[in-house]
Amino acid sequence: MDLLLGAVVLGVLLGCFYAAVSVGLSVSFGLLDVPHVAHPAFLVLASYGVYQLNDSYDLDPLLAGLAITPLLFLFGLLAYRVYYETFEKRGSDAGVRGIAFFFGIAFIIEVLIILQFGVDQRSVTATYIGKSWRFGEFRIPIRQLVAFAVALALTVVLAVYLSKTFMGRAIRAVAQDEEALRLMGANPVRIKQFAFGIATAVLGIAGALLIIVAPVEPTLDRAYIGRTFCVVVMAGLGSISGTLIAAIILGVAESIVLTMFGASWAPAISFAMLLAVLAVRPQGLLGR
Amino acid sequence: MNKRSHSIAFWAGIAVFLVAVLSMTQIVRNEYPFFAGYVILQFIALAVAWTILGGYAGYVNFGTNAFFGVGVYTAVALFKATGAPLVVQIAAAAVVGMLLGFGVGLLTLRMRGIFFSIATIALAIIIETFVMNWRFVGGAAGIQLQRPPVMAPFDSYVKMLFFVQAVLVVIAVGIARYIQNSRMGRGLQALRDDELAAECTGVPTLKLKLVACMISGALMSAVGAPAAMYLQYADPSSAFNLTYSVSALAMSLIGGTAHWIGPVLGAILLGSTQQFLAVTISSEVNVLVLGIMLVLFVVGAPKGIIGLLRPRYRLRAGGKQ
Repeated sequence: MDLLLGAVVLGVLLGCFYAAVSVGLSVSFGLLDVPHVAHPAFLVLASYGVYQLNDSYDLDPLLAGLAITPLLFLFGLLAYRVYYETFEKRGSDAGVRGIAFFFGIAFIIEVLIILQFGVDQRSVTATYIGKSWRFGEFRIPIRQLVAFAVALALTVVLAVYLSKTFMGRAIRAVAQDEEALRLMGANPVRIKQFAFGIATAVLGIAGALLIIVAPVEPTLDRAYIGRTFCVVVMAGLGSISGTLIAAIILGVAESIVLTMFGASWAPAISFAMLLAVLAVRPQGLLGR
Repeated sequence: MNKRSHSIAFWAGIAVFLVAVLSMTQIVRNEYPFFAGYVILQFIALAVAWTILGGYAGYVNFGTNAFFGVGVYTAVALFKATGAPLVVQIAAAAVVGMLLGFGVGLLTLRMRGIFFSIATIALAIIIETFVMNWRFVGGAAGIQLQRPPVMAPFDSYVKMLFFVQAVLVVIAVGIARYIQNSRMGRGLQALRDDELAAECTGVPTLKLKLVACMISGALMSAVGAPAAMYLQYADPSSAFNLTYSVSALAMSLIGGTAHWIGPVLGAILLGSTQQFLAVTISSEVNVLVLGIMLVLFVVGAPKGIIGLLRPRYRLRAGGKQ
């Protein structure tokens, strides 16, 4: 029983972390309808950026994540511009080719990371990594607690940004009715580009969390295709509060399976849940 | 040229191809060309199989590796349990691949666009996880296989596999060509351009997609079956490697998906470039080249090589808005 309770507690912590790595996709795929299969590859790329700064300048991983955020924002603006000019603007056949485009980008990023850093696992050093708190029977690694707190804060900040600020509301408006926005004299493409920039920028912190929680390797993005898309689809496309709930469900499920059946079954959990959600309730928990 | 003389030319070409392959296995002594050529033939067959669903119907399948891996492990399990000959292994793999295609189709073909693609990745990972936990075929560690003695008229097993793969290419191309020129091909093209309109005009979209998925799946698994004997070894992470998915997809899109010759050209071009790069530089660089070519073609030449060669196809497949 204690074992199960421990698994649930760790699952909730893990879940909030999953929310942080998925909120970007919730904006880019959920709100903007961009088939962003390369999101997890961008995430892993951000982790390697954090690793580089931590390794060379001994910068705290979270600060390093913050430091690369502006760069990622610009990268996001550029990526959306290319996607828009080549696919959305022309309209024709965007589905097939758009997906293939992002799939190709993901593969390119993966290989570039391998060429630069090799295939070995990389991790960061910080004072809070490696220690853990004891609560009677079970221990909670402090790195998990840090990731949990930062992830929760990141998700809440993004949710508030999208619902309270002018730009945030504009982003949700463009997701609801692009044509209406155009008629009111706003430029939907600029808003979408900005939103995609935000969605990529949050990967700075998310990437820092990814490498704080566990070492990263170049092909880690493949596992996170399942996790991030599972969270975003289960949440209901574009729902940020749903993202948090869905991520916690996934985290708890993974943690319980890990404890009960062993690590070899864990990679399939997110994909199985994703399939189940797609087959049974494609609009997600809080679908629009 | 009318349709009939087209057909005669096509089958004459096929016959010449098979005779050339067969005489090559009898004349050339060095095994290396067959070793490299096998991989290229494998990719031609995979790319053509991918095009049946991904090109004709426009459903981007990321799960080529699932079907390929299932083919590999059907062959491994059958060989280990009964020592069945290669032909039986391939036939069994095709049947299992077809059943898997049926299951995948039922579960996922109602989904549109990106959801279908993500669902196929999900299936690949789930099946891979099951195989990793399947002790009989070696689990995550993989399994060594001893090749049975080679059959006449071949003097080495690799040469025989080369010929077998050439036959699979011919079967894949024959089926793709038949579908393309049939009622089914026109139905698939209609649903690819506008699924709702096709459904409204009486095209049985779900049935067509399901059949396309089954045929495509059966071919991919059949292509995977000889791979275990080729490598004399099988393990889940290489049998279910995502590189198979990106290769099949890239070769097909780079060649062009409106005609069966597209994936053949794409696979020959990319497959031989890859063989060359893997030998001269490294296998990482060859995946990089694959990715860059895919992105360049998708952005710059939406109809692939055949679109560049013959503007006619650009018109034919560019009607969707």
